[in-house]
Amino acid sequence: MKSKSLSIPFLIWAVIFIIIPMIFIIAFAFTDDNFNFTFDNFNHLNRYLPVFLRSLKLSIISTVICLALGYPVGYIISKMSPKVQNVFVLLTMLPMWMNFLLRTYSWIKILNTESGVLNTILSALNLPTIDIMDTQFAIVLGMIYNFLPFMILPIYSVLTKMDEKVIEAAKDLGANNVQVFFKVVLPLSVPGIITGLTMVFVPAISTFIISKLLGGGGANMLIGDLIDMQFLGNAYNPHLGSAISLILMVFILISMGVMRKFDSDEAGGIM
Amino acid sequence: MENNIIIDLKNISMEYGNEKVLDNINLYIRDKEFVTLLGPSGCGKTTTLRIIGGFINQTSGNVYFEGKEISKVPPYKRQLNTVFQKYALFSHLNVFENVAFGLRLKKGKEKLDEKVIKEKVSEMLKLVNLSGYEKRDINSLSGGQQQRVAIVRALVNHPKVLLLDEPLGALDLKLRKDMQTELKKIQQRLGITFIYVTHDQEEALSMSDTIVVMNEGKIQQIGTPQDIYNEPKNAFVADFIGESNILDGIMKKDCLVNIFGQDIECVDVGFEENESVDVVIRPEDIIITSPEEGIFSGTVTSLTFKGVHFEMVIQCDGFEFLAHNTIASQPGEKIGLKVKPFDFHIMKKSKKECEK
Repeated sequence: MKSKSLSIPFLIWAVIFIIIPMIFIIAFAFTDDNFNFTFDNFNHLNRYLPVFLRSLKLSIISTVICLALGYPVGYIISKMSPKVQNVFVLLTMLPMWMNFLLRTYSWIKILNTESGVLNTILSALNLPTIDIMDTQFAIVLGMIYNFLPFMILPIYSVLTKMDEKVIEAAKDLGANNVQVFFKVVLPLSVPGIITGLTMVFVPAISTFIISKLLGGGGANMLIGDLIDMQFLGNAYNPHLGSAISLILMVFILISMGVMRKFDSDEAGGIM
Repeated sequence: MENNIIIDLKNISMEYGNEKVLDNINLYIRDKEFVTLLGPSGCGKTTTLRIIGGFINQTSGNVYFEGKEISKVPPYKRQLNTVFQKYALFSHLNVFENVAFGLRLKKGKEKLDEKVIKEKVSEMLKLVNLSGYEKRDINSLSGGQQQRVAIVRALVNHPKVLLLDEPLGALDLKLRKDMQTELKKIQQRLGITFIYVTHDQEEALSMSDTIVVMNEGKIQQIGTPQDIYNEPKNAFVADFIGESNILDGIMKKDCLVNIFGQDIECVDVGFEENESVDVVIRPEDIIITSPEEGIFSGTVTSLTFKGVHFEMVIQCDGFEFLAHNTIASQPGEKIGLKVKPFDFHIMKKSKKECEK
């Protein structure tokens, strides 16, 4: 009884901020301008397939690179003394406390072809300048920069909580350091990896600011920009925007489900 | 005798900063022996075990395994395996894979094929009555079952020595007793040396061939369970192994000790005349008689039923005796206490170190 009454505030919250907006989105997705029921919004979605695939490609690349960078960083931090660990965790989180837009704008200042910091330095050193701005590379760079902490922290967290005795047990049974890592540490850190993958992949596939500011929109437009345009842009069509959002949401749900499955199948998986 | 020594610790000391955790430990362990390192927490028993296992390195001294110095050998190359305090099982693997872990690590010429692994694992699981649990998830097992998995996981590679770090500490009393018997059986059947760490004196007494009593980083006494119980070398050992009455006495001459001003016959010899000694009397060695017949007489101050026996506290001349008897004497009753001469255990005053 007690626990039920305690959950009432959350239920109210959930209804107002989650359930009702969801109903709105679904209602918009399946109606036309006169709010008549229709599937029209979904009929022409194949036009946007290239945008969707581009989003998928860039977010997967970013997520994989984040994992490749984040795992070693999380591992190294977890091996440090507790005091140093706190400092490094703080340093990892510090940029996240700065405004997201500001951080992305600052990359324009760095990458800008004519007056960017990077090219200014390169030309001062008499090296050829590079033209990264408004490319997919810049989008990936922006994604990695913004979302890397979301990969590092859950991996660090699971590694630092790992029982030292389990590692000793593996060594005791004859495993050398490489075997200890691949047979014990890595499989046991899979939950952290799954969380990290989810926390990087989901915002990466739905981002619109990074692609707008660093990718220049247009040919580098992502699914997030597409949705953005339907609500705030010239193409104003909230019904289509809702439909695309729904598709994106279903896709994210499926991919998270697949990852969860991978997690629970992990028993003896990586061998 | 020398040639069946499997592990030999020579002058082992261990320091953390200024803190001396082990102070010049000398100990040899024979092949197929069940040795228990016994002592209160912080006495250095686990540290000793971890040095033998290779998880930490001693500050000074040498560890010999079959005559070869192994201090520099990493744990995974030592021919011994460990059962950890909280089992430290691999929660991402099932029962079968946990036990097979050590077998699957063998590479090159030693690599085992799946059939052999399967045979060895089921043989091991049978040893601890866990046949049929192969596919079970580690977390779905009870504490006792996890314990068994941990034991056979460590045994599967047929180590020459098995190190056990308070393996039964997390189990309830009944289960602990069963596992004690089972461990002893396994040890005898496989003919493997067991080095067992515990703070539970009863466990040590019932399982071991040899007990090493430790306190404050030093070995207090090494001996068979009977030796340790019946002939404790000092008051610490006497007090730690079972309950004891420890009295101050003066050794008048051989076989005569003065306690509370009266000369009493005993069987101990080899003390100096008028040397101050500790006199240890086990509670179960106190015979309760009438006040006139007793060596000491006093008043019962408390009575507790302990199941097998009654525990009584008897106030005699300011000293509180602890006595066990199957017949209850009521509080307030005046009684006499008698002790047979060979049940007085006379030992040198503590603080003096004992050697081997």
